[in-house]
Amino acid sequence: MILPEPMDRTVETFRAERLAAARHRGRRESRSLGGGGVGADVNKTGGIRLRNLTVAYERHPAVHHLSGAFESGSMTAVVGPNGAGKSTLMKTIVGLLRPSEGHIELQGVSPSQIAYLPQAAEIDRSFPISVLETVLLGHWNRVGWFRGISREQRAQAQRALSAVGLEGFARRPVGSLSAGQFQRVLFARLVLQDAAIVLLDEPFTAIDARTTRDLLDLVGRWHTAERRTVVAVLHDTEQVRQHFPHTLMIAREAIGWGPTQEVLTASNLLKARRMAESWDEEAVTCDQAGTAA
Amino acid sequence: MGAVAGLIAPFLDYSFMRRALAGCLALALGCGPIGTFLVLRRMSLAGYALSHAVLPGAAVGFILGGLSVVALAVGGLMTGLAVALSAGFISRLTTQGEDASFTVLYNTAIALGVVLISTVAPSTDLIGLLFGDILAMDDTAMVFVACSATLTAFVLALIYRPLVTECFDPLYLRAAGGRGALVQVIFLGLVVLNLVSAFQGLGVLMAVGLLIVPAVSARFWANSVGALCALSTGLAFLSGTVGLVASYAFNQPSGPTIVLVAGVLYGGSVLAGRRGGLLRKRRAPASRRGHAAVP
Repeated sequence: MILPEPMDRTVETFRAERLAAARHRGRRESRSLGGGGVGADVNKTGGIRLRNLTVAYERHPAVHHLSGAFESGSMTAVVGPNGAGKSTLMKTIVGLLRPSEGHIELQGVSPSQIAYLPQAAEIDRSFPISVLETVLLGHWNRVGWFRGISREQRAQAQRALSAVGLEGFARRPVGSLSAGQFQRVLFARLVLQDAAIVLLDEPFTAIDARTTRDLLDLVGRWHTAERRTVVAVLHDTEQVRQHFPHTLMIAREAIGWGPTQEVLTASNLLKARRMAESWDEEAVTCDQAGTAA
Repeated sequence: MGAVAGLIAPFLDYSFMRRALAGCLALALGCGPIGTFLVLRRMSLAGYALSHAVLPGAAVGFILGGLSVVALAVGGLMTGLAVALSAGFISRLTTQGEDASFTVLYNTAIALGVVLISTVAPSTDLIGLLFGDILAMDDTAMVFVACSATLTAFVLALIYRPLVTECFDPLYLRAAGGRGALVQVIFLGLVVLNLVSAFQGLGVLMAVGLLIVPAVSARFWANSVGALCALSTGLAFLSGTVGLVASYAFNQPSGPTIVLVAGVLYGGSVLAGRRGGLLRKRRAPASRRGHAAVP
C-alpha cells in the first residue's frame, strides 16, 4: 500500500523531531535543566502577607482566619487534605476570588507580577492552538490585547521551550501532547511570564516521574538562583521534604506554617486528617472568632 | 455539465437570486468565524438559545416599527442579549447549570415571540419568518447583512487575541488581568448580531444552523483557529449557494434547504474528515507513536 503524501511527510517530521529531542536530551545531561528564559540574571523579589484572611467559596467558608507571610524569595509547599482550601487560597492570592474577611498584602510587587498555574483540568487541551502560541501567552503583560510580538519575544519563547526540554515542539498542536509534555509547555509559559511570585496548584498531579523531576529542578532554580517567591500546592509529602524549605499545612485554618521539618510532623498530619473528617458535620457559617495562626 | 448549468441558471435569470447569493456570501463571512468561536467555546447550545431568543424582540420591533429590518434587528438584539446575560446570571446565582437556564429561557422566548406575532399581526407569514424566505432578502436586508459582516470582521480583529485566550485558558486571562468578561460580552454581541443577520435569509429556527453546522464540520479538517474560520466560512457559503438553488428548484423555504446542505457536508466530514473522521480513525494511533520522545 502506498501511503498518501501528507502521511509520509508527517512521519518524517516525527523522526526529525525525535532526533532533535534525543540530541537535546544528550546535551541536557551535561548542563542542568534551568530557567534560562527571560531575565534569568535579574533577581526578582516580592512577598505575600495574609492578614486574618477568610474566603468563602460557593458560599461556604473555605479558608478561615489565615495570617502569616510567604517571605520574599521563599519556597513554600501548601499541603492539607482534600477540601482544605488550598486551591481557594491560591485563587484568592492571584485575585480570582475576593476575601470575605481580612486581606492580602503584596510586598514590593504589583498583582501583575504574580504568575499562576491552575490545576490541569481547568484548560481545554483539545483547543486548536500550537505549543509556541501557548508559550507566547506568557508575554501577556507586555503585549496585552493589541501589541505585536517581537522577534526577540519569539526567541525567548523558543528558549523557554528548550529550558523545559521541548525543543522542536513549537509547531505541534497542544492536543497531540501527553499530560507531561503539556505541563512542560505551561512551565515554559511561566518562565516567559518572568514573575516575582509563582503560584503552582498541584503542578505534578498525574504527571510522569521524569517530567516531575525536570520541572522540580526548574522550580528549584527559580528559588535558589533567581530568588523568586514560589508557593506550590502539593500532595506528596516526600517531595515536600526534599525540595521545599517551608510548608504551610492547612485544613481550612492553618495547622502549621514554618520550616518544613517543624510543620510536616506526624501529629500535624493526624490533626489535619481529624479536622477533615469533621467537616461533614460542620456548620456552613463561620462562627469562630479570629483564631489567627 | 447539466448540473453546473442548473446551479448557475437561476442566478442568471433572476435578480432576487443574485441578491440572495450576495447575501449568502456576506452571511458566510460573518457566521463562519463567529460559529468557529462558538464551537470552540463549547457554546453551541447557547448559540441555539440566542437564535430563538431573537424572536420576541423582533416581534416587538415589528409591532413598534413595522416591517423594517432595523426595527426587527434592534428588537432581536435586545432580547437576544437579555436572554444571554440572564442565563449567565441565573446560573451564577443559583445551582442551576447554564444549559438548563438557556433551554428554559429560549423555549419561553420563542413561545412568547410566536404568540406576540400571531396576536398582533395574524396575517404574518409565520413559515417565512421561522424558516426563511429568499424573497425576503430585499435591498435593506442586504445592506444590513453586509454591514453586520463588516462590523464582525473589524471587531473580531480587535478582540482576536483575548478571545482566543479566553476560549483556551480563561483562568489565565483572568489572572493576567486580560478583561475576559468584557471580551465575552463583546463576543456575545457579535453572536446576536450575526444571528439577526442570518435570520433574514434562513428564518428564526434555522439561522443558527449557518453558524454552528459549518463550524463543527470544519473541526474535522483544520487544526488552527485561522484555518477553522476560513474553512467554516467556505462551507457556510457553499451550503448557502447550493441551498438557495435547491430552495428555488423545489419551492421550499430557504432556511431548511441551506441547513440540509450544511448537514450533508457535516455528514461527509464525520465520515472522511482528516482529523478524527470515522474512516480515518484507525490511522491515528500509528501517528501518535512519534510523540513519545519526551514524556
